[in-house]
Amino acid sequence: MTDSMITMDNIHKSFGTNHVLRGLDLDIAKGSSMVIIGGSGTGKSIALKCILGLIQQDSGTITVDGRDAASGDRDAFLARFGMLFQGAALFDSLPVWHNVAFRLMRGSLKRPKEEARRIAVEKLRRVGLKEDVADRFPAELSGGMQKRVGLARAIAAEPEIIFFDEPTTGLDPIMSGVINDLIREIVVEMGATAMTITHDMTSVRAIADNIAMLHDGVIQWTGPVSDMDHSGNAYLDQFIQGRAEGPIEAVR
Amino acid sequence: MRGIALLGATVLGLLASIGRIALFAGNAVSHLIRPPFYGREFASALLNIGWLSLPVVGLTAVFTGGALALQIYAGGSRFNAEAVVPQIVAVGMVRELGPVLVGLMIAARVTSSIAAEIATMKVTEQIDALVTLSTHPMKYLTVPRVLAATLVVPLLVGIGDIIGIFGGYAVATGTLGFNPAGYIRNTVNFLEPLDVISSLTKGAVFGFAAATMGCFHGMNSGRGAMGVGRATKSAVEGAAVLILAANFVLTGVFFSL
Repeated sequence: MTDSMITMDNIHKSFGTNHVLRGLDLDIAKGSSMVIIGGSGTGKSIALKCILGLIQQDSGTITVDGRDAASGDRDAFLARFGMLFQGAALFDSLPVWHNVAFRLMRGSLKRPKEEARRIAVEKLRRVGLKEDVADRFPAELSGGMQKRVGLARAIAAEPEIIFFDEPTTGLDPIMSGVINDLIREIVVEMGATAMTITHDMTSVRAIADNIAMLHDGVIQWTGPVSDMDHSGNAYLDQFIQGRAEGPIEAVR
Repeated sequence: MRGIALLGATVLGLLASIGRIALFAGNAVSHLIRPPFYGREFASALLNIGWLSLPVVGLTAVFTGGALALQIYAGGSRFNAEAVVPQIVAVGMVRELGPVLVGLMIAARVTSSIAAEIATMKVTEQIDALVTLSTHPMKYLTVPRVLAATLVVPLLVGIGDIIGIFGGYAVATGTLGFNPAGYIRNTVNFLEPLDVISSLTKGAVFGFAAATMGCFHGMNSGRGAMGVGRATKSAVEGAAVLILAANFVLTGVFFSL
């Protein structure tokens, strides 16, 4: 049996009368790449933010490596994670290298400035960016370059767990392919546990070991990506095939 | 009946907002005395709030001081009191107009900028990114700005007071026929230490209020461009009202001393 890195048990989260998560159960094995798919507004990002403590679930428990995510040293807990945000979420006022090395310049992982910069430049190279990008500001970069910088920031401190929130949204198919390949390579190379949220089925096939289909606030199907095309699950089939007809209402 | 319910809801909403702002301000102060402290962000806030506000503060003060001299001369001449221009300009600028106008200019320039910047950071998930990078947004974004404004706005007020008095001096000696040496002597002799203390104290309180309102509304911004716009508008309105209300209270306190 594989060890679990992240376990979500009966998670509920509502915003007013909008019940987004209604008893979500999910298990992500150590060193695996889990991709969560589902329509817009089904709570994929909420689930991810609950794990990080950015949003507090109403009920249910989340454990990371066997420990309750809500207790213990928060700084040490967050130091285990890297995250690539949907819009990259780079800090506009800081140069690129400073964005990448942000975690390495403060808190428990603090390094001397020169070392932090060296690591930042190395990570930028790892995601295919040249050193001259390091001193530019995020606003001077294209969307694809910003995503790469976000990816470099996510891996800068070599975290055990990496989250990718819609990593290819807004990118052209070629750049999406580049980002997907980078994510896959980096996750394998680092041996990290990855959790990705996406609608992009090309990304799913490129990144995932396992997938989970989220709809109506619960996981409707989960299993290896190789079983995805013959799951027999009506929700997953409709989503993969992009059909308007099926259990998922096209107008939500 | 519906009108009463609406009034009650409005009052409760207002009280809840005041409570949230007070809790936010208290939280900011509590973080101020606990490490870590982000020196680079503090220095950047000092530069932005202090140094870069000097032109607008100077221009506001010099024109206000000049206009004040003209008004006092015109009004005073109705009962042969035009000679009091130096004294009234000095006390008017230092006790009232200097701090209030600088406070309002800071609300317009700094509160809006802080609210828009932090609100944009919120809607683009930069604040979430800060958290995932083990950095407390209150410490990284709010504390440096609030501390910088509290320390630097009194300096701006002091500078505004001096420039405002100079504006009055320039108009009085240039167009109203006042003796330059006599004008300065009357100004200096008339002002008391308490006038200056009240001016600088008001500056500190107004700076705290302006930065706190910018940070509060930025951090609590709604989604999208409309959310950023609303946060900025609410921050400037809130800061301006808070500054004028605090000015009324502080003036009462200093009058009673």
